[in-house]
Amino acid sequence: MTKLAPVLSAHWDEKDSFTLEGYKRHGGYKASEKALKMDPDAVIQLVKDSGLRGRGGAGFPTGMKWGFIPQGDNKDHYLVVNADESEPGTCKDTPLLMANPHVLIEGCIIACHAIRAKHAFIYIRGEITHVARRVNQAIADAYAAGILGNGIDVVLHVGAGAYICGEETALLDSLEGFRGQPRLRPPFPAIAGLYARPTVVNNVESIASVPAIVMNGAEWYQSMGTEKSKGTTLYSLSGHVANPGQFEAPLGITLREILELAGGMRPGHKLKFWTPGGSSTPLFTDEHLDVPLDYEGVAAAGSMLGTKALQIFDETTCVVRAVLRWTEFYKHESCGKCTPCREGTWWLVQILRDLEEGKGTEADLAKLLDLCDNIMGRSFCALGDGATSPITSSIKYFRDEYIAHLTNGACPFDPVASTLFVGAGA
Amino acid sequence: MAFSTEDLQVMDSIIKRYPRSRSAIMPLLHFVQSKAGYVTNEGIEVIAKLLELEAAEVTAVSTFYTQYKPTPVGEYHVGVCTNTLCAIMGGDAIFASLKDHLGIGNDEVTADGKVSLEHIECNAACDYAPVVMANWEFYDNQTVESAKELVDSMRAGNPKPPTRGPSRLVTYKEASAVLAGLNDGLAHEGVQAGEPTLLGLKLSKEGK
Amino acid sequence: MSTEVSEMITVVIDGFEVSVPKGTLVIRAAEQLGIQIPRFCDHPLLDPVGACRQCLVDIEINGRAFPKPQASCTIPVEPGMIVKTQLTSPVAEKAQRGVMELLLVNHPLDCPVCDKGGECPLQNQAMSNGQGSSRFEGVKRTFEKPINISSQVLLDRERCVLCARCTRFSEQIASDPFITLNERGALQQVGIYENQPFESYFSGNTVQICPVGALTGAAYRFRARPFDLVSTPSACEHCASGCDMRTDVRRGKTLRRLAGEDASVNEEWNCDKGRWAFKYVTAIDRLKVPMIRNASGELVEASWPEALAVAAEGLKSAKAAVLVGGRATVEDAYGYSKFARVALGTNDIDFRSRLSSDEEREFIASRVVGSSTTYRDIDKADQVLLVGFEPEEESPIVFLRINKQFRKRALKVVSIGSKESIAVEKLKAEFVKVAPGQEAAAIASQKLTDKSVILVGERAAESAGALSAVAALADSTGAKLAWIPRRAGERGAIEAGAIGNLLPGGRPVTDAAARVDIATVWNTDSIPAEVGRSTSQIIDAVHAGQIGALVVGGVDPLDCDNSQAALSAMEKAFVVSLEIAPSAVTARANVVLPVAAVTEKSGSFLNWEGRARSFDAAVADSLNRSDLRILSMIADEMGISLNLGTVTAAAKEIASLGAWDGARATFNKVSAQAQPALNGDQALITSWRRLLDLGTLQEGEEHLAGTARRTVAVISPKRAQSMGVVDGDQLKISTAQGSVTLSALVENIHDDAVWAPRNSRGSQLLVNLGVAHGAVVTVVKA
Repeated sequence: MTKLAPVLSAHWDEKDSFTLEGYKRHGGYKASEKALKMDPDAVIQLVKDSGLRGRGGAGFPTGMKWGFIPQGDNKDHYLVVNADESEPGTCKDTPLLMANPHVLIEGCIIACHAIRAKHAFIYIRGEITHVARRVNQAIADAYAAGILGNGIDVVLHVGAGAYICGEETALLDSLEGFRGQPRLRPPFPAIAGLYARPTVVNNVESIASVPAIVMNGAEWYQSMGTEKSKGTTLYSLSGHVANPGQFEAPLGITLREILELAGGMRPGHKLKFWTPGGSSTPLFTDEHLDVPLDYEGVAAAGSMLGTKALQIFDETTCVVRAVLRWTEFYKHESCGKCTPCREGTWWLVQILRDLEEGKGTEADLAKLLDLCDNIMGRSFCALGDGATSPITSSIKYFRDEYIAHLTNGACPFDPVASTLFVGAGA
Repeated sequence: MAFSTEDLQVMDSIIKRYPRSRSAIMPLLHFVQSKAGYVTNEGIEVIAKLLELEAAEVTAVSTFYTQYKPTPVGEYHVGVCTNTLCAIMGGDAIFASLKDHLGIGNDEVTADGKVSLEHIECNAACDYAPVVMANWEFYDNQTVESAKELVDSMRAGNPKPPTRGPSRLVTYKEASAVLAGLNDGLAHEGVQAGEPTLLGLKLSKEGK
Repeated sequence: MSTEVSEMITVVIDGFEVSVPKGTLVIRAAEQLGIQIPRFCDHPLLDPVGACRQCLVDIEINGRAFPKPQASCTIPVEPGMIVKTQLTSPVAEKAQRGVMELLLVNHPLDCPVCDKGGECPLQNQAMSNGQGSSRFEGVKRTFEKPINISSQVLLDRERCVLCARCTRFSEQIASDPFITLNERGALQQVGIYENQPFESYFSGNTVQICPVGALTGAAYRFRARPFDLVSTPSACEHCASGCDMRTDVRRGKTLRRLAGEDASVNEEWNCDKGRWAFKYVTAIDRLKVPMIRNASGELVEASWPEALAVAAEGLKSAKAAVLVGGRATVEDAYGYSKFARVALGTNDIDFRSRLSSDEEREFIASRVVGSSTTYRDIDKADQVLLVGFEPEEESPIVFLRINKQFRKRALKVVSIGSKESIAVEKLKAEFVKVAPGQEAAAIASQKLTDKSVILVGERAAESAGALSAVAALADSTGAKLAWIPRRAGERGAIEAGAIGNLLPGGRPVTDAAARVDIATVWNTDSIPAEVGRSTSQIIDAVHAGQIGALVVGGVDPLDCDNSQAALSAMEKAFVVSLEIAPSAVTARANVVLPVAAVTEKSGSFLNWEGRARSFDAAVADSLNRSDLRILSMIADEMGISLNLGTVTAAAKEIASLGAWDGARATFNKVSAQAQPALNGDQALITSWRRLLDLGTLQEGEEHLAGTARRTVAVISPKRAQSMGVVDGDQLKISTAQGSVTLSALVENIHDDAVWAPRNSRGSQLLVNLGVAHGAVVTVVKA
């Protein structure tokens, strides 16, 4: 049985965990103090050695990303933290920042030092006022304490409601004051990112993981996790479970283990399908309870670790309804730049709506899959690809349920049964 | 409304946060909303002038992002998450009942200007589903009844405080100022985390 | 000449090898092989964007295949690259077919009523790379049908495929980002800011490059089907930029004009005046038959023989001079030049029907004729200096070329003038602000190198000493120099010798050998040896009784220095007027001979570079004759043969003369004048003509006129403050001759200056004030 391993979340249960005092009580800002005395390349090497990989979904080795920044080029370098947490199901960076914004600031200082940047931007989604407030206050407190402003500046940039800005190049365009649409790559951000300068874009959790690595060393971090997926990470359990929440555990834990910790499914129900890392990662079913939730394990089972957003749905849930709603989300959030995503999601939603209402024929499933084939890998960025994941994976596992809608002439599910307040007189 | 000298000074300070002025366009749009309650033409033109852009370029940006509103929203802008997980767990029912209860549709405002309604996408609080946001503050674990009580409290001028947020619900304009990066001094208020956030930590302390 | 050797890269596309310069995009490498990959957003002159995804192909590099098809419009060739297009890769073929189907999901089936139908890239490529029918059975996105985004451009958002060519053009090429992509996702749409229409001088290019019928021009809307049009390559007659054009005619009537392709000149762009100002040919009340003034002073219709006889007689019986406007073709100008010398025996000829000076004439003879500064020199320049020249207003393609280099490599631009212009702002140019008339000193203090380019406009002649200073600056620094007139015919007129100090080919009149050259070819005894009179001297000479007859072609006396004197001179002298329409000249002429408009004849212009821009008649069956032909007829009637029966004959004769290789005419430098003293209400007037104004060739173009810039009077903040004037107040500018009252705009202008447009609605300075630059005027709050 894998044990939980709170590192990031270790002190979240203290009432003032989000304050400078609260953070310093447990050695806060000692790591940056230590790192600033190190050679920047040694910091990069340390992070490389730790095996830390990007926690935003793609799992790219963080230290390697830092190492791509050209050195001695006499250009401004930038660190941009992607706090635009918007992937459906994903809810780890938001509580992290609410409970402990200082760990991100400290991570920024270390990362800036390593990549020779003087300026870090935290791009946070716009729909979370209190988190923006907390981060902004933490930055202000860090300046007041002389932690920031001595060669390293951190600026909070608040988004305004656009999922696509989680895509790193769209985020950069947005941060530069343009519409948040993805850029052509190459050039990659490491060469020409923010303001066409070398830029590292990292997820909140990735940067927040750095102070502990600096304090405890690469070996400590290496000792947790699996062969190629090192360290601990936040798994976010939501949906039809007895006790949803954040579970910080070594990479490689399984859903079966987490569910057990969380007290299982909601009473009287059983697991039907789930996402391992948000809605853009192909669905899993109860067949996948023992898949190790690390980068390789999930990929080998046909999905992606993504953001470790474990959205759990029980047997009361209509998968067609779930998929339709995600598809509507992708349609709403498609940036509009490329044809397959823009027009494809427009079309997908219409087909799925019909299917959910029991209209259409089995041939529409073939059309749906062919459409997905014309969108997947044809779009400008991964948003279009992600839009097809729930559709293709749900048809793979629940084809009969789609057909049942058609033979039934309507959705066979009772939506009330899947609400949390079923039976509560709602 | 016109922007005061103080407003222009604030806008200038927002621009100064960035190495290149154009980056300030988003916080400036939030700031305009903090003054006007939505993105006004006057706001667009002021931003264009300050950033040496054409107004069309500012419009292009403001219309891209869902949070910039082309028409006034309510004093309390209520967003019901109807993305898959929240929807299934009750968000759809909450949204339907609020529409019915308030007598307004999506993206509409009550006649008294107090409450506007919008169905929103995933708001990164799935472990608190179903989630309702008001002026982008968290109202966790909502039910149809609790959501109705919430909007009723808003219409009565005494909104219930957020679950995880300050001890009072700020107005839409006040929240917009926070999103523009201005400090309202309320960061210390409210819990550091809700129960679900702490669940893993608690279990770990229990030796799990 | 520098040779640019670029590294060549060999790739294999659909099994065929092709070598292309490093950096070439796959889509264009394929074109080299004749392989057409379908595309919408791709445009060779815009930055790659990879948005439409129509050009997906399979690519492998050194055996490593990309996991998914790649947009060939964004990927440069690499060594070892093997590309499979739709022709050889089933995956690419399906990807393209899939994208095409998606593009059509929301495209209306209104081709039968769409202007683009028949020449539509979407229509064409849907046929070549799409499938016969769509599987889409749902609801299409709808928008309000076309909305005016300016008075001349309409936008149909339903047809738009969101390739962003138009918005990228406006931003990247014109630096006029008045149209943008707005909203998001499936609701994304092209739009304007509601209070600011798409009033860019270059907006028509977006209509031309729109790959569907989303952007259409108001003037051409619903007028024709492309297959009913007869297209003729043509050259733009509006300015000296020298745009290559295409003129589309149906049943003898020009229906539209498009930018042609010439990589060395206009690339693929033109300005809205060139595109949309052509109706004057038909809109104005064209002269159709010759007219002569009868005994009672009335102009009456006459037969050609009758009119020619009267003209010949009148010209024979008095000392005559020639005034030819700046819009003649090279061949016509050559006709006037030869006519003056051979038929009239005089060097009294001047094409400069505008403000001009003797300093300018010497500058032209010594610096302009034969000079060969080009657009390419702007591309390579380390700095561009603008003197008396507003490129966006006066030669728009020059602006685009400077802007291209500014955007590409932050080319340094310095502009010497009195009022900062929009172009100066767009180019982030260093603005050297001087009082009107005080340009010379500022010119002299410029730091240039032999890689710099000086672009001096015709308005420099309005400031004494400016052209002298420019010449000195070019001499001392080795900078390249180009003189850019506003009208299309001026450079050609210089080379044709339609000016008193030059014979054709840049030969100085005062050079005996030059005269012998010309006399030999012209088969005439001799050429007058004295430098001829300038326009204003000719006018003066008429009043002094020294000249009794004038041949006038394409001149508007109201453009001249002393317009009143010009008009009265035309009343006094015996005037033979060659014109396309009734004018102030024909109203005073003794003989009026109708001539062909530019679309009705063949010929050529020389653009500011001196580059020939030749064209054929677009309207093939016109009965109207060129100026050249009519001059020959007059000469014949006078008993003198010009031997210029046709345009081709003239062109041949010009070619046979060649350019002068002897010494250039000398340039007697002129010094600047001291700035006049000003009292409180006084200011120095300065102005230029805007691209879109009351110019005769824009007659009848209401849609175009709707996008003209607002008529304002500009004063400095300091003057505004002292006058108590704010934006929008009325300002009255006056001289002894008259006044204009205009809305005030407080901007960056010299404190001693006031600016107003030279020939816009409500502000025709030469008529209203009689002055346009450097003169003292009174400015008061109205």
